[in-house]
Amino acid sequence: MSNIASQLRAEAAKRILIKDGAYGTQIQAHKLAEVDYRGGLELSRDQKGNNDLLNLTRPEIVGGIADRFAGAGAEILATNSFNANRISQADYGAEHLVRDINVAAARIIADTARRFEAKDGRRRYVAGALGPTNKTLSLSPNVNDPGFREIDFDFLSEVYVEQIEALVEGGAEIVLIETVFDTLNAKAAIHATKAVEQRIGRELPIMLSMTITDLSGRNLSGHCIEAFWASVRHARPLSIGLNCSFGAAQLRAHIAALSNVADTLIMAYPNAGLPNDLGEYDEGPQTTSSQVRDWAEQGIVNIVGGCCGTTPKHIRAIAEQVRDFPPRQLPSDRCRRTRLAGIAPMVLAA
Amino acid sequence: MMMIVGSGSAAGLAALSEADDLDEPASAASSSTFVNIGERTNVTGSAQFKKLIMAGDYAAAVEVARQQVENGAQIIDINMDEGLLDSEEAMVTFLKLIAAEPDIARVPFMIDSSKWSVIEAGLKCVSGKPIVNSISMKEGEEEFLRHARLVRDYGAAVVIMAFDTVGQADTKERKVEICERAYNLLVTDGFPPEDIIFDPNIFAVATGIEEHRRYALDFIEACREIRARCPYAHISGGLSNLSFSFRGNEPVRRAMHSVFLYHAIPAGLDMAIVNAGQLDVYDAIDPELREACEDVILDRRDDATERLVALAERYRGTDPVREKAEAEWRGWPVAKRLEHALVKGIDAHVVEDAEEARQSAERPIHVIEGPLMDGMNVVGDLFGSGKMFLPQVVKSARVMKKAVAHLIPFIEAEKEKLGATAGKGRIVMATVKGDVHDIGKNIVGVVLQCNGFEVIDLGVMVPWQDILKAANENGAHMIGLSGLITPSLDEMVTVAAEMQREGLTLPLLIGGATTSKVHTALRIDPAYEGPVIHVLDASRAVGVASSLVSDTQREPLVETTVSDYQKIRDARANKGQNELASIEEARANAFVFDPAGVASVPKQPGLHRFDDWSLENLRECIDWTPFFRAWELAGNFPAILDDEVVGESARNLYADAQAMLDRLIAEKWLTARGVAGLWRCRREGDDVMVLASNEETRLPFLRQQVKKREGRANMCLTDFIAPAEDWMGGFAVALHGLDEHIARFKADHDDYSDILLKALADRLAEAFAERLHQHVRTTLWAYAPDEALSNEDLIRERYHGIRPAPGYPACPDHNLKPLLFEMLGGTEEEGPAGIQLTSSLAMLPTSAVSGFYFGHRDTEYFGVARIGRDQLEDYAPRRGVSVEEAERWLRPNLD
Repeated sequence: MSNIASQLRAEAAKRILIKDGAYGTQIQAHKLAEVDYRGGLELSRDQKGNNDLLNLTRPEIVGGIADRFAGAGAEILATNSFNANRISQADYGAEHLVRDINVAAARIIADTARRFEAKDGRRRYVAGALGPTNKTLSLSPNVNDPGFREIDFDFLSEVYVEQIEALVEGGAEIVLIETVFDTLNAKAAIHATKAVEQRIGRELPIMLSMTITDLSGRNLSGHCIEAFWASVRHARPLSIGLNCSFGAAQLRAHIAALSNVADTLIMAYPNAGLPNDLGEYDEGPQTTSSQVRDWAEQGIVNIVGGCCGTTPKHIRAIAEQVRDFPPRQLPSDRCRRTRLAGIAPMVLAA
Repeated sequence: MMMIVGSGSAAGLAALSEADDLDEPASAASSSTFVNIGERTNVTGSAQFKKLIMAGDYAAAVEVARQQVENGAQIIDINMDEGLLDSEEAMVTFLKLIAAEPDIARVPFMIDSSKWSVIEAGLKCVSGKPIVNSISMKEGEEEFLRHARLVRDYGAAVVIMAFDTVGQADTKERKVEICERAYNLLVTDGFPPEDIIFDPNIFAVATGIEEHRRYALDFIEACREIRARCPYAHISGGLSNLSFSFRGNEPVRRAMHSVFLYHAIPAGLDMAIVNAGQLDVYDAIDPELREACEDVILDRRDDATERLVALAERYRGTDPVREKAEAEWRGWPVAKRLEHALVKGIDAHVVEDAEEARQSAERPIHVIEGPLMDGMNVVGDLFGSGKMFLPQVVKSARVMKKAVAHLIPFIEAEKEKLGATAGKGRIVMATVKGDVHDIGKNIVGVVLQCNGFEVIDLGVMVPWQDILKAANENGAHMIGLSGLITPSLDEMVTVAAEMQREGLTLPLLIGGATTSKVHTALRIDPAYEGPVIHVLDASRAVGVASSLVSDTQREPLVETTVSDYQKIRDARANKGQNELASIEEARANAFVFDPAGVASVPKQPGLHRFDDWSLENLRECIDWTPFFRAWELAGNFPAILDDEVVGESARNLYADAQAMLDRLIAEKWLTARGVAGLWRCRREGDDVMVLASNEETRLPFLRQQVKKREGRANMCLTDFIAPAEDWMGGFAVALHGLDEHIARFKADHDDYSDILLKALADRLAEAFAERLHQHVRTTLWAYAPDEALSNEDLIRERYHGIRPAPGYPACPDHNLKPLLFEMLGGTEEEGPAGIQLTSSLAMLPTSAVSGFYFGHRDTEYFGVARIGRDQLEDYAPRRGVSVEEAERWLRPNLD
């Protein structure tokens, strides 16, 4: 295991680690105009809402958010690159900027990490964030042709390779595959990470985080968290967990189930509740953090943070709430079972 | 003594092994001690699946997968290794399709191929965690490790064959040595040991060859050693090899498999491609046989093989399980006997038992309301939960009817109304006007009766006036329509429209082979404001009918159906249907005629009549698979007889069918009449001009218009005919004489024999078409005089030439049938082979087949599928009818 991974594991054995919150809602708060997004770039389409582009055009805004999260106590800092891949950027006609965006995104966070480490001596980790893209490998967009797919595994894997290489070039130390709504997309991202590892000749620790899209606890490709674990365990990830979804209250049971079977760190970062009618998240830091506190109390998490709607205040509140609880203990070797999965998990007797 | 069947098999087998202490924490995951792997989605193992894949019928292939899972497979093995197939493409296509079916995709997939490229293509489509089957050190350690790393990178477990550069491991030492070497290589390389599954090769024993004596024992001992030396790894195997020497002797094979598992599971075998229907419980095996099997498997005596072979003779063709069970139940109390007779479908003693029950009952009606209904409820529950199959249910119904028939005179003497007919609800059923097929309808009728419904069956060819009248007069709760041929679809729309006009509101159920949910949603449902529900098969009929008479379930069912059908209509409206080429473009992309492939000039042109073809000869080439399908037993013959779930049911049905064939041939119930014609012809556009009895007949054929990918032609049957001069043929065959026997069965309350005879007559007609075609190829036309094909090859159509039938995919217009019949010498009074046509152009008698012969080397079956209005407008004048008339007949191809 790489140096970074063992450092993080050693730290996680002592206490619950803190991940940052979300960029989207923080950027929204700046109420930027299209020209703010576009900057001086020559792009044919409307760029309003292209948050990833801000890494190039308004790096001070992105850096400012990172600083506030780091200041609130976050140690695992994700890059603002959720949509910085060729597929998502195609919607903005900005595919050719994918490399530049990711290099810049990683540099901004690496800079924040360095400055805060220098200030308080606590290690910060730069996690290059990969979103799921807006295409799915497991589902047909056409109900009348269930065998149809818009993209294939090799293509998506290449898309991710491009993004990961750029993130690593900019200083990302960890690959964070988050908001996984399609398990096969995540497997393509894992495949891509392994390919980049081969090219650069060193290990890239992976963090995996699924999102739940229905109340029965499944993602879009139909997997519950245990089936997801079976399907991605080959990545030997540094952490596995859940983010986004329906808010902290609904996540608890699924995190608990995962905690029972996963022989690696558990990371969970919920939304600040569900968006209201105006699309705003109005769950306050107190509410979110007290739910996260429950997880800590039950000993089912190792890393916590926030997703959509969470602010530096949320992160600070979460950090305070979990500070006095010991981290989750990794299960023993009894988890060493053959885990297969269709949509449902299947465990073979030892 | 019980057989292990169905989904209970895993539990049953687990009971054979030592209890396994599971300390897995609370988890939603299924946890198993012995895993059975479904084997039917495998083109190398299932001829039925192969046929579907080769024909591109993926929809039906997906159903095969679904059935396996429904029947208890915990993993499904998928194999597309077939020389004539683009295996990668087929694997990918199939995996993507089953990924869209949550009730299939819930189980892990086993990607099975001997080609790495196929495995890798498959791994890229599976979202869960599959198993790769298999890799080995056959090509050296380097290649082995390369594949294993890729398996790990894609996130799969892997089956490793005990195979190295020297060959397959046969002895214990070789098995252990190879597996341990592979294990160490993998684990050192970082492969998770729990994701390794060894297949140390199960070979046949009791072959008479000295070196084979220890094969089973070596396997078992190797299992123990491998599990000890390779922590966390698993062991799998293919069981059927073991008893290969005893093919055809199922009792012995079953015993051998059970004895083997009894020893191998505790030794470490924990999954297998197993036909659990072939297993007996170890303790219940006849001790003498068990000991003989054990002697062979554990290699305990020098003469073990001779002794088992000698003993095996006693078991050939017997089923000791049944014999023993039979004697016992006659000693039970009468109510218990009646229930047993109903559940087992035994009618031999039912009249005496019913009489005995009547004498001890207070009133005769109590026998029906008590033990008989209790028994039928058990049947209904077993059928509803998939533990009993259609042939058994129909047999049960026969028992019930006979008992009731015996009791009715006593009940009437008591001037009582028969309680059983008050029932759950009343349904009027009919095969619509123009259609004569009623096997499916009769089955549904029987099943509904078994479940307490009163069925008023109006028979076949029923005009809508009679259906509405019967519904009104009887105060029916619902109407059920059935039909087999495509014109019946339109007739059903007519019935629906007339129900609307009459202001009816009762539900309309639609069923039959050509009907579909899509057609029901698009065409029938909009014609009638009351509930319209498509019922896929008999097993669904009960649920639907029960819901419709329930106060609480009716509304939810009706509402879901309405919204389902609306979704289908919406989807259809927005559907990017396959793009159509214009008819000119389609013709420009016609199949290229190769003059070199023309069949020779017929040796015996003209008409040939056969008024009494040997039934014995037809029996030999019956294709049994569709016979079982008619009874809703899914699976390929003969494998279906050993199927783990429906096997017992299929074997009993097959035995009954053979017994009836014996009788109907010996007593000459049926007469097979046929006629074949071979005529000179030429091509004119998409028409074939045929010179039959000095008159030229124009046969207009339809051309595919769906846009094809590069290299694929837009086919039309005419493309197989030489432009200037060529030959083609036609035929009609039918089985006559059913009616009197059907009447006899009806009088005897024997639906089972009724349906059985009709299904057999259908099979004999198909066999006749196959035999006559063969006679044409080898003797009459004689373009293949030396053709020598087995029955299997005949059924699989491994010959040059096709015989497409009017009304079927290659030639969808039923109206070519009258033209064909005239060419075959039919007249108003007497059709060819004695066949008459109904208004919808269905053939009477119902067990009949007709079609055209094309002899060109390159001929193949295809479906015309959707055509454009341009072709319709071009086609109508060629057929000499108005566009509206042509449209009416071709509607299924125009949607």
